[in-house]
Amino acid sequence: MANIIVGKAFVLGDNIDTDQIIPAEHLVYSTSNPSELKMYGKFSLSGVPIEKSGLPNGSCKFIEGEELTSGYSIVIGGKNFGCGSSREHAPLSLHVAGVKIIVAESYARIFYRNSVDGGFIIPIESIEKLNDKISTGDEIEIDLGKNNLTVMTTGKTYNLKPLGSVIEIVRSGGLFNYARKKKMI
Amino acid sequence: MGMTITEKIFAKASGKKILQPGENVWLNVDVLMTHDVCGPPTINIWKNEFGVNAKIWDKNKLVIFPDHYIFTNNPHANRNVDLLRQFSAEQNLPNYFDVGTEKYKGVCHIALAEEGFNIPGTVLFGTDSHTCTSGAFGMFATGVGNTDAAFILGTGKIWEKVPESMKFSFHGEMPEYLTAKDLILHILGDITTDGATYRAMEFDGEAIEKMNMNERMSLTNMAIEAGGMNGIISVDDVTKNYLAEIGIKEYDEFYSDADSKYFSIYEYYVSSIEPTVAKPHSPDNRDTVRNVEGTKLTKCYIGSCTGGKITDFQNTAKILVGQKVKVPTFIVPASTQVAAKLSEETINGISLKEIFLNAGCIIAESSCAACLGGPSDTIGRSTDGDVVISTTNRNFPGRMGSKTSEIYLSSPLTVAASAISGVITDPRKFL
Repeated sequence: MANIIVGKAFVLGDNIDTDQIIPAEHLVYSTSNPSELKMYGKFSLSGVPIEKSGLPNGSCKFIEGEELTSGYSIVIGGKNFGCGSSREHAPLSLHVAGVKIIVAESYARIFYRNSVDGGFIIPIESIEKLNDKISTGDEIEIDLGKNNLTVMTTGKTYNLKPLGSVIEIVRSGGLFNYARKKKMI
Repeated sequence: MGMTITEKIFAKASGKKILQPGENVWLNVDVLMTHDVCGPPTINIWKNEFGVNAKIWDKNKLVIFPDHYIFTNNPHANRNVDLLRQFSAEQNLPNYFDVGTEKYKGVCHIALAEEGFNIPGTVLFGTDSHTCTSGAFGMFATGVGNTDAAFILGTGKIWEKVPESMKFSFHGEMPEYLTAKDLILHILGDITTDGATYRAMEFDGEAIEKMNMNERMSLTNMAIEAGGMNGIISVDDVTKNYLAEIGIKEYDEFYSDADSKYFSIYEYYVSSIEPTVAKPHSPDNRDTVRNVEGTKLTKCYIGSCTGGKITDFQNTAKILVGQKVKVPTFIVPASTQVAAKLSEETINGISLKEIFLNAGCIIAESSCAACLGGPSDTIGRSTDGDVVISTTNRNFPGRMGSKTSEIYLSSPLTVAASAISGVITDPRKFL
């Protein structure tokens, strides 16, 4: 796990559920076939209503035209990110689209577990509400050593919550790597 | 300090005497359930991690119900069922309920109850967020993703955080116009979609004691809609009788101690709750049916793990008997057992099935169907501009199909009354 993550932010609202992250109709694609796997990237965040896609203005496409990955590698969310179904295809789709890290005020339990245990994305909790302070397209630097986030365009820095009890799983790159390290499997 | 029922089950499953909410423990899993959407990727992860020739931890403890995308021509969806079939043959699984055979059951959470996999005091994980439904049987049940499920497949264990518990007590006798769905939608309006995140939701009180198991499952089913880790109701005579009928007599009974610590306690008097809806686009967007009466509808839908049980159709039929529906109305029995009962159960000598057909409803085969949209040829799927009232559990944007459709969630009584009028209607007008 890199300590410094730099990228462009894609900003979303509260309660981004898994149907918005990857609509259920796309869950038919194989996750092991490389060409089908790409479809999860293509349709990532395709369920977000267009007016709420890329705040504050909305109408931003997370995936442009016929692209399979996104130009945004950092997602900024609000409360209860990833609520709804247990589909691991949700953090997987963001990962396939090129997202490295999510910063949200809070997460739904299963999405959080899936992000961590699957080793797909690092889910970080912000201390304050950030989705009204960061705009889609802002260049962001996240320092996981110092637990803070800097908006390069404004130079403002915000503190983030440390990863807590799951940090070892995140650092190992997922549950299986962690369990091997601990000689559990 | 006393322990809650959820803490006691965690203690048993982790081999610890004392544990604290917030602490991470490793649980021994009694049953793992999966289905056609999450089964194939779970199997794929398991094979990658444990090797192509590996054997699962305990073939009697894995239960697979294909149920999500069943009656579709989508080749990828059908391939997923083929993958389950192949895996089940390869591992010689006794609990695979294949499509197109007499063993086919339909929606997993209801089939788990019918087939006797819900055993009080045990721990059940499933690759479906509504796995919490099984908590109605005094057990710990929750949803996980594919990686966690693959880990369980190989080891029989998984880590989990001991949840704090919230208690919801319902006092008084349920009026005829209320169902468990009204109660859980009411709770959601109070605590919102993240009000129980990482917590257990425990239900009790006189109204719960008098509820049958199907209605109890409507409550625990939607614990996840508040972000809950699990919903749970202790064993009582209603549970024992249900289990005895399917031949289950031995199990551990756990009850919360009187001095258990709760994160919060909510007390409700059911007589003060009205027929309730969740308006678009969130299950916590609560209102009374009265306040949205007259909203024009294009579809009505009665089905799913939360709203497609036999008791849901008894409630529906009570209102639809002798009536005609004004908008397309879909009847989707959750399981094949429920579907069979539609022909057996009667009102005034007319079977529920006949009541629905006479009213002009469309009866579909048992599966998850349009509850989660599904492939484009899924029966009942919402299309652009649809306004749907449904007994299902989620109304997020696009959940039932089109992103531009609007979904109202309500009890089967309210859906039935609304189907007759073509606009959202308070069921008290027909009772």
